[in-house]
Amino acid sequence: MSEVKTVENMVSITIDGTEYKAKEGEYILNAARANDIFVPAICYLTRCSPTLACRICLVEADGKQVYSCNTKVKEGMEVTIDTPNILEERRAIMEVYDVNHPLQCGVCDKSGECELQNYTLELGVDSQSYMIPDTKREVANWSSVLHYDPGLCIVCERCTTVCKDMIGDAAITTTKRGGADLDKAYKETMPKDAYSMWNKLQKSVIAPSNGTDETNCSDCGECVAVCPVGALVSRDFVYQSNAWDLKRVPAVAAHSSDGAQIYYEVKPTSIEDRTEKIFRITNEWSYVSLDGSARFAYDFQNTTATKDKAAFDAAIEAFKKAETVRFNAMITNEEAAMLQTLKEKMGLKLYNLEVRAFQKFLNHYEAASGNALWSTDTDAIMKKSDFVISIGAALRNDSPAMKYAFNNVQKMNKGAGLYFHPVGDTLIPTFGKNVEIFNHKVGLEEAALYLVLDLFADKEKLPSEVKDYIESFKTTETKTIKEKVEKTVKEMVLNEETGEEEEVSKKVKEMVEKEITVSTNGLIDLLGGDASKFDDVFAKMMKKKENFSMMLGEDLYYHDKAENIAKLVALVEATCPINVVMTPPKSNALGVALICELDDAPSGYTVGYNENGDFKLSALGTGDLDMPAMNQQEGTLCNIGKRLLPTNAAVEYNGYELNDLMKVLVGAPELTIDWTATLPKERGFKGIEFDALTNSFDNDGTDNRGYVLETSNVETELPEVEKCDENAVLEGDIAYRCNPARQFNDFTDKSHEIFEAFALYASVEKAESLGDKVEVVFENGSITLDVVADAKMTGDIVKVPDYRAAEGVYDLFGESRYKTVTLRKA
Amino acid sequence: MSLEQFKNRNVGVQNYTTLDVGVSPTTNKAKFVQFITRAVKGELFVGLWVTGKAMFKALFQGDMHTVKYPFEKMPISPRYRAIHDMLRLLESGSYRCIGCGLCEKICISNCISMDTRYDENQRKEVSEYTINFGRCIFCGYCAEVCPELAIVHGPRYENASEQRAGFSLFEDMLTPIDKLNLQQEYDGFGAISPNADENIKQTPLAY
Repeated sequence: MSEVKTVENMVSITIDGTEYKAKEGEYILNAARANDIFVPAICYLTRCSPTLACRICLVEADGKQVYSCNTKVKEGMEVTIDTPNILEERRAIMEVYDVNHPLQCGVCDKSGECELQNYTLELGVDSQSYMIPDTKREVANWSSVLHYDPGLCIVCERCTTVCKDMIGDAAITTTKRGGADLDKAYKETMPKDAYSMWNKLQKSVIAPSNGTDETNCSDCGECVAVCPVGALVSRDFVYQSNAWDLKRVPAVAAHSSDGAQIYYEVKPTSIEDRTEKIFRITNEWSYVSLDGSARFAYDFQNTTATKDKAAFDAAIEAFKKAETVRFNAMITNEEAAMLQTLKEKMGLKLYNLEVRAFQKFLNHYEAASGNALWSTDTDAIMKKSDFVISIGAALRNDSPAMKYAFNNVQKMNKGAGLYFHPVGDTLIPTFGKNVEIFNHKVGLEEAALYLVLDLFADKEKLPSEVKDYIESFKTTETKTIKEKVEKTVKEMVLNEETGEEEEVSKKVKEMVEKEITVSTNGLIDLLGGDASKFDDVFAKMMKKKENFSMMLGEDLYYHDKAENIAKLVALVEATCPINVVMTPPKSNALGVALICELDDAPSGYTVGYNENGDFKLSALGTGDLDMPAMNQQEGTLCNIGKRLLPTNAAVEYNGYELNDLMKVLVGAPELTIDWTATLPKERGFKGIEFDALTNSFDNDGTDNRGYVLETSNVETELPEVEKCDENAVLEGDIAYRCNPARQFNDFTDKSHEIFEAFALYASVEKAESLGDKVEVVFENGSITLDVVADAKMTGDIVKVPDYRAAEGVYDLFGESRYKTVTLRKA
Repeated sequence: MSLEQFKNRNVGVQNYTTLDVGVSPTTNKAKFVQFITRAVKGELFVGLWVTGKAMFKALFQGDMHTVKYPFEKMPISPRYRAIHDMLRLLESGSYRCIGCGLCEKICISNCISMDTRYDENQRKEVSEYTINFGRCIFCGYCAEVCPELAIVHGPRYENASEQRAGFSLFEDMLTPIDKLNLQQEYDGFGAISPNADENIKQTPLAY
């Protein structure tokens, strides 16, 4: 493993007379927070760039007034948080924020969790000395989920900052308010920072950045989470409940493999219906960012389940008769362990199309590299990395955590990025100036990895065949180019005054033909880049870069040459200073891959768990026997960060669980969570009881949720890799198995705040040529879908979603994510 | 008050004064004499005379002291905490409750429950509101915490019901719109103090 560790030097600083340790290069505010010291601040967001909108984080450092959110700590720095002058500034700022702020605290959805309220009280604002005529600002709905009340907005810009620096959509921005000008007299009488802050505040308000009334974004709702006041609320939650009435259930976002920390917030549905309902999802937004599925796909519980004894007996019979259990990634580790037990004790086959390819890929990778799992995670990338490479992942759709990390590195670490993917996406280039896109042909993922080897590998370490193979792409050509050259010509001129001849030098421009050698890297041309320009671009990208990381996506697992790709990845890790992260395709794919021994093909009578089968166990309420959905059960999940995370039940479930079936079939412990400690230790699980698992973050952002899987590390020799098959590319109409952002499975589909349709997604031009409805014909079947134009897609490849298990899209695609298809108008 | 009397813990040695109750007869003859004396003395008619006078005054002179409950009720103190009323704004007639949920939160017997929604006028609307009077202990916290003086204690003190749980809805407690002129301002706990104006700091206003 080639982990480059940046040594984090600690410096000591003094805050209010006490000495503390802080990481070098950290902002004073973060250093104080890490040491449990309170410095007031409204606009600053950890993990995002300082905006300097609120200015109340003023402190005195070494005798000078500075903003603690953008001043870095220095060895021996002396910080004073409150001085009389700073307190006066802060109070004036809070008074300004309170000018014309509507007194609707009684009905506001923030209901007391308001930072404006808190700081107004904290700074003892009990009277108002400033005034200005108010401006009428209309309430707006920005999208199907976002509700903005500009009257309540204090323009701290946290929403725009998180959208740009973390999410990468940059869908909202500050715009002109059209408010009255400040009274000139205030300039003399007011504290300086308060005046300039007010001047800016009075001129701005937040609006969608595309100039329309609607945001064109991924609807993640992170802006809602960070809003310190009640200005931004999810449309569905407006005036529904007070924050204090809601019970917080700590859990894990169930749909994507991010495994993001969430709280389900529940209370009784209404006066008539006292069953508990999830009203919203909140998160620890300082340390974790959610995507749309995590925040809005929450009401997928199985409400109709009852203890139906007849169905239960039928299920027992079905299991006794069955040869195969078919399931997917939406399953806890405990349930996966139960199914594995069934395999061991009853000889059932385990069939899982969502995970099998990933598991095989992991096995190949382990064989080639000696590492059981990848070397880094997305949080570490955000903290340290300044160069990211993404191969084989539709960043916008597949893995929100990887998208956020890719974007965050560009914005916060002055980073650079290489993005390899066959489907064009107009959002990725907007992440940063130094992002280079390769929209290569389908099937050339190996070439992308060879290019990475070429660019980053320590050539000494590379096996000679690989080195020769890479060199074989490079051609040197002698080109004749014309160049302008300035020449100095000396002439003898007769000086008329003296009559003598003098030497005068003149500058003359001349076109000269010159021969130069140009080396062309054929790999870049092969991948659809411009080889003549790439060298310069890459040199610029590499400036001052120290920490490199590579993100791998689902395309690679479902590749015909997946084994070779896994070896190439191992080779990249062994020879380049690059850390690797792989995204498990959906939900708990990693847990399933580690716990279950999956089979390649089903046979005979099949029991489907949330999947098609002869007997269906379903948490959707549509099967032969009801099962609890992910928000109705306790258990653990594994995520992209290689962590085992505990999740809790948010709403009531009245039916049978898989563990009840297990008790009858092979015998099982009392509770599902009794399985947690029995998870296989040889695969990195630690054998800790469920109730002993922690679930929190430290003030400095340290993640204490669950535990990190122990990954074995065996020294191995460099793997032998095959060459890239340049002729294995797909041509013609290509369908790509890819879900719209926010949709991952039947459960996101069931949730009422997720609106993305089950349809064929295509670029605007392609959608026009296809018409409204299209039949996608595969080798082994076809599917008819509506056509939806995705303004952010480019190119001719169309996306076919797979999130409805009943539609059997996985069966159509088989072992690959791309298929040549015939598109027929229907 | 002096605490002397509390500090004296010598119970039984205080100076009691004995009442002069006469001497009880001991012989049978004396007992018989006492009986005859009391029986024919006419004290019964002394008492009947008082009652008769009161009856005469009540029936013929209009000096009635009895309250004809349930047709008539005694006026009670404004601070008495009985069944809740929901008040309306006198100017517009719309109800005062803004749906802030403070009464629901502060209720110590957990008997208030409310549902709210975002209405067509972009305001918070109370779509449903109940108080379970089977649980209510009439502590008055809800009225005290209400920022709008919307929920108050009214004068209805009849709490008897056939079932243990008895729910009142918002409309049951709301002042009927045709009786708005009869609505009384609340003076009990949570009402603004008479000197409230003196405690207010004025905010400069630009309009």
